[in-house]
Order: sequence, then structure tokens, then C-alpha cells
Amino acid sequence: MSTTFNMAAGNGAAASRWVVPIAGDSLTLVRKGRTLLDRVTLEIDGRGAVPTIIGPNGAGKSVLIRVLAGLIAADSGRVLWAGLSPDRDRARHVGFVFQRPVMLRRSALANMTYPLMASGIARDTAERDARAALDEAGLGHLIDTPARQLSGGEQQRVALARALLLKPGVMFLDEPTANLDPSSTAAIEARIKAAAEAGLHVVLVTQDLKQARRLATEIILMHQGQLLEKTPAKSFFERPKTPEAQRFLDGQLLL
Amino acid sequence: MSDVWRDAVALLLEFDGDLIEIVGLSLTVSLTAVGLSAAIAVPLGAFIATHQFYGRSAVILLVNTLMGLPPVLVGLVVYLWLSASGPLGSLQWLYTPAAMIVAQTILVAPILTSLTRQAVQDLDAEYDEQMRMWSVGPLARATTLIVEARAGLATAVLAGFGRAIAEVGAVLIVGGNINHVTRTMTTAIALETSKGELALAIALGIVLLVIAVAVNAAVMVASSRGEPEAGLRAP
Repeated sequence: MSTTFNMAAGNGAAASRWVVPIAGDSLTLVRKGRTLLDRVTLEIDGRGAVPTIIGPNGAGKSVLIRVLAGLIAADSGRVLWAGLSPDRDRARHVGFVFQRPVMLRRSALANMTYPLMASGIARDTAERDARAALDEAGLGHLIDTPARQLSGGEQQRVALARALLLKPGVMFLDEPTANLDPSSTAAIEARIKAAAEAGLHVVLVTQDLKQARRLATEIILMHQGQLLEKTPAKSFFERPKTPEAQRFLDGQLLL
Repeated sequence: MSDVWRDAVALLLEFDGDLIEIVGLSLTVSLTAVGLSAAIAVPLGAFIATHQFYGRSAVILLVNTLMGLPPVLVGLVVYLWLSASGPLGSLQWLYTPAAMIVAQTILVAPILTSLTRQAVQDLDAEYDEQMRMWSVGPLARATTLIVEARAGLATAVLAGFGRAIAEVGAVLIVGGNINHVTRTMTTAIALETSKGELALAIALGIVLLVIAVAVNAAVMVASSRGEPEAGLRAP
């Protein structure tokens, strides 16, 4: 099977071998005199696991996954996808769901088909797959609705379904349920969990500790641009290693 | 109602031949100029919006400045180009509708370029990360942004048309206001008023006003379709 075919088809689990493991080596990023990432080194692997990056506002969580996803270049250090530097072709295998979903000014269905067709898939196939994905996400009745007229929760569910439809090798989720109501949050968490259980590599960023308890298999605690702790979720919540982690769990302000 | 107003209304209701001819020429010239401007300005505006290059700020400043070009100045420049001794004199376009189209195209293109750049640039900032995650190439990205900015572009085109149809200085200089050849609504109003023949001037003024209202109504519709609030789905 050729590389080109794989990239166009984006065949899910197989796609992960192009990008996983994702590693960051001594990633440092400074903007306007502020250190956003400070020598962060980590490796993300483990199919079916949900490594979850938590930390207070401004800790560098969103910046970190943008650097890992190849959206922002670090000032120093390097990112490796499956041992190689990120490139545009393999970026197709990296999914990203933003805190604020990016909805094109067209129908929900057209929002789903756009990235498929941009990756070379024929319209008929793209529409068939997109309809099935929207049905599966419980959004089949909104297929023809202009996406920007959907509620915030519906837009995020479309964004998640759209990202999954591309069958990425790894999926980054940047606070996907921030500001959403409980039912939308539950729907999105269920989809994330199912995708992870089906073998997708998921990296979640959240500020919601309850959500981290529900979904995380591993906790990556960020604070002031530094990676403080990378621990299996169970032990993190039961016996955090650092005083900062304990204070964060206790709901105290981290300075 | 005074005689002048009664005559003006009569001209409108009778679809007076001269009046229809003048309105038809005005619309033809302005619509053609707007079409040509759009063909140049939309890709150009999208290019400026989506590319970083040396001198970009200067180009944006220049285009924004050209938005306020005085029509008589454009008329003068086009006149000099097209006059018998000018560089394009051999075309023999002076005092023809073609000359008026050239002048109006030059007037409208900066407006369309600037408004296109603004509309596309705003969207580009919003879509940037998502487009990069989808590995969308530069050409596909620019095309998508133009389609996505359609409401803003429609507003820009209508604004450009409004400027063209209401403009008098440039078309007067390069068209010459020749009866049955280059007489537009605005030049006819100026001439008829100066002659004291107010009925045709008023009738044309009413048509111009109706067009202005229609254009503004279209701008409102185009704008309102642009950006529905998230979460406000119609029942």
C-alpha cells in the first residue's frame, strides 16, 4: 500500500503509525518576554489511552498541544511524529478539535465534507460518509442547517465528528467542552471515550478536574510553561507527587 | 403638484424613450465597470489578505488611499491616456462608453480590493489553524476564503456599484455627455438642471434615488446573511 493512498484514505488506526509516538524534546517557547513553554520534554503513545493535560490558566496547555500538533514552531527543542519532524503531508493524520469550533459558513453536511474533499476524496463518497457520521453523532436531523446557526454544543459535536471522520492517527482536543452545557459535555465525552476505546490516540486538554477524572488515563500537569508531573491518572488523583499538584487538586491558586 | 413634478412623473410613467436610454446606458456602464473591477480586485484583495510580502503595508496604504480618489482626477488621468496624443489614443475610446467604463473601473477597483482584503483577512485569521490542520493548499485556501467571505464581498460589490452609478465627474470628462452616446443619469441631471429643464432631471433623480435605496437594501440583506449568531437557531 503506497504512502499516497494511505494519506488520501486516512485509514484510522493504520494512520497512527505515521505520527505516533508524538514526542517533544526540551520544547521552549517565549513570546513577548513571557515563557510559554519551558524545556518541556514528553512522549505521547499508548493506543486507547487518554493522556490529559491539565493546569491553571496560562500554564501552557493549549500552546503545548499546538506545538505538538505542528501548528506553532517552538523556539528551541524539537517535535517528532513517529521519529520524524512534522510535515504537511503527515499533518493530515493529526486531528485537532479547538475550544471554539471553526465552522465554515455552509451547512453542517458541507462542513463535514470539506476536509474530506480537500484531502482528495470524491464528493459522493465524502457525502455518504459525512451523512453516516452525522447520523452516528446524533446530528442527522441537522444535516442541512447552516453550521453557524447550530448551538455551541451542536457545533462542537459537528467539529468532533468531522475530526473523527478524517480517521486521524492522533487527535488533540483543546478544552472541547469549555462553556458547554452538561448534556453536550456528556455527548462529547462519550464520543471521545468510544473513539479512544476503539484504538484512537487522543490527547485532551482540560481545566475541568471532574472531566479529567472521567476520561484521563494519564495526567500531564503543566504550570508556568513547565511540565510538573506526568503520572497515571489514578495515582495522580490519589497521591500527587508535587505540592503544586496537591494544591491544584485542592482548588488553590497556583502562583 | 407643480408642472415640473407632474412632467417628471409623466416621463417615468410613460417610460420616456430618452429617459430609458439614459438609465440603460448608466446601468450598462456601471455594471460593466463593477464586473471588471471585481474580476481584478477580488483575486488581488484575496492575495494581499493571504500573503506576506515585502511592501505589503505600503500596498494596503496605497489601496486604501485610492479608495478616496476624486472622480474628476481619475477623469483627467483617463482623458490624458485616451486623448489623441496620449499613450492609448490609438484606441479612439475618448467620448465613448468604453472610456467611461475605464474611468469607473479605476474608481471602483480600490474600493473592492480594500473591502475584499478586509473580509478575507478576517476570515483567514479565524480559519488559519483549522485550514493548516487540514493541510489545505494556498490556492484552495484562497478560493475557499473568497467563497466563505461571499456576504462581505457582495456588500463590497454593491458599495462599488453605488459609487459608480452616482459618480459624475469622471464620466463627464471622458464621456463628454453626448446625447444618445455617452449621456448618463448623473451627467444628464447636471446638464438639464443647468438648462433649466428640470422635469427630466427630477425624473432621473428619482430613478437614481430608487437605485440607491435598492442597493442599500441589498447591502443590508447581504450583511445580515453573513454572520448569524451561534446558538440562535430559528425554530
